[in-house]
Amino acid sequence: MIEIKKVSKTYKSGNKALKDVSITIDDGEFVFIVGRSGSGKSTLLRLLLKETEPTSGRIVVNDMDLQKMPRRYVPKYRRKLGMVFQDFRLLKDKTVFENVAFAQRVIGESNRTIRESVPRMLKMVGLSSKYKVYPTQLSGGEQQRVAIARALINRPEVLLADEPTGNLDSFNTGEIMKLLEEINRQGTTVVVVTHSQEMVAAMKKRVITMDRGQVVSDMKAVAES
Amino acid sequence: MRISTFIYCLKQGLINIRRNLLHSFVSAATISACIFLFCLFFAIIGNVQHFATEAETTVGITVFFDEALSEAEILAIGEEIEARSEVAQLNYISAEEAWETFKTEYFGDMEELAEGFADDNPLAGSASFEIYLTDIRLQDEMVAYLQTLSGVRKVNYSNAAAAGLNSLNRIIGAVSAVIIGVLLAVAVFLISNTISVAAAFRRQENEIMKLIGATNYMIRAPFVVEGLLIGLAGAAIPLAAVYFLYRQAADYVTLHYVIMTGIFTPVPIQEMMPVMTAVALALGGGIGFFGSFFTIRKHLRV
Repeated sequence: MIEIKKVSKTYKSGNKALKDVSITIDDGEFVFIVGRSGSGKSTLLRLLLKETEPTSGRIVVNDMDLQKMPRRYVPKYRRKLGMVFQDFRLLKDKTVFENVAFAQRVIGESNRTIRESVPRMLKMVGLSSKYKVYPTQLSGGEQQRVAIARALINRPEVLLADEPTGNLDSFNTGEIMKLLEEINRQGTTVVVVTHSQEMVAAMKKRVITMDRGQVVSDMKAVAES
Repeated sequence: MRISTFIYCLKQGLINIRRNLLHSFVSAATISACIFLFCLFFAIIGNVQHFATEAETTVGITVFFDEALSEAEILAIGEEIEARSEVAQLNYISAEEAWETFKTEYFGDMEELAEGFADDNPLAGSASFEIYLTDIRLQDEMVAYLQTLSGVRKVNYSNAAAAGLNSLNRIIGAVSAVIIGVLLAVAVFLISNTISVAAAFRRQENEIMKLIGATNYMIRAPFVVEGLLIGLAGAAIPLAAVYFLYRQAADYVTLHYVIMTGIFTPVPIQEMMPVMTAVALALGGGIGFFGSFFTIRKHLRV
């Protein structure tokens, strides 16, 4: 469970990115956070990743109070989160396999674990046949699938996606959304930050709307018939 | 740490060096220059000390006694001197022995010229002790003591040899410390610069590593490995160079300056190499390790 309680964030420049924001996301939920540029969506993600600290308020993720967390536990905490970016952030000099394996390699997993889990993950995102290919030889949708595979390889409890379809056409957007839905069905909490109203409307999930650093609406998911 | 993780860090360190070849080369070359000078001064100081040690066994103090003293009295004083801890060796030279030595050295093959002195030893009353010390630096103290003994007429010693060798070593040590210190600072600066450039090359990779949950240690390891490898390479090159150069120089001195070898023999390279290698590798590795560690600590904070 993610609990954001009365969180405010003011940057050193004086910019008030978040003002008294409170959000609760249950385990296994699929949540969209929408809003215009500067509404505070990205700051919220940065706070969840513990890249920055709130000026006031509390953030608790799976019973871990981020403010009380010592620095040395931050890497372990981040392994419980998977992160997907709009610009994919793949390493261009590594193959698809190596990009996904990288996430396990840097946390010290054994070669054996890597050899077993990477093909399984590539199969899940539908890229088994392209494991030797470099990111630049892939379409945008395929690159984002690699990024999702990398985010999920360490079995995170929460997947945070920052505009994951921002660079994709409508077909690939639909495919990525289906994949995220499938990941959510398997039990991972998915938080997607976006400004695409059409995509949000099509998915019929819980939507939290932010504006100028505040939550202006929180619409529960529409039950599927 | 898993072996696979260790190999991964090593591989990434090598990739860093390859990506950043020019900077790595300049850093290694500076460390090489620093360590080459260190080895050079190490060899010089080693040889001067070796020379000083040899000199300690050849530069002695000669003590002459009042003519009125009998041989038994002189030998009694000799026993007193020999009992002192700083005395390594004490030789008694009687007046007769002194005259024999003088005749041989002075008249050479024309011994008939000395026949006029046959019954009258001109060096009668010149019985003496030759004293060799355990450490030449104790010479002043010893001379002062000898001059206080009753019956001692004259004390001959060479102040210049002891003082000269000591001050030469001090000067070489000070000059080398200053030069090595300056080069050390330049080497650390260049290593730091190289690691900063490498960190800039890998910025995106490091960002991703941080977000994936890599520890500080894992993110920094490739850079520290890079610095360590550059430092060790920077030490290995001058060590090899000094090994061959020194051997050649020692052979050259022994062959072409035979006259010098009577008073000075170079320290064999095999004797000098183990300590020099250990210190040079520690110096090179240390510059690389600490230079990169503190630089990357500043650049990457999870």
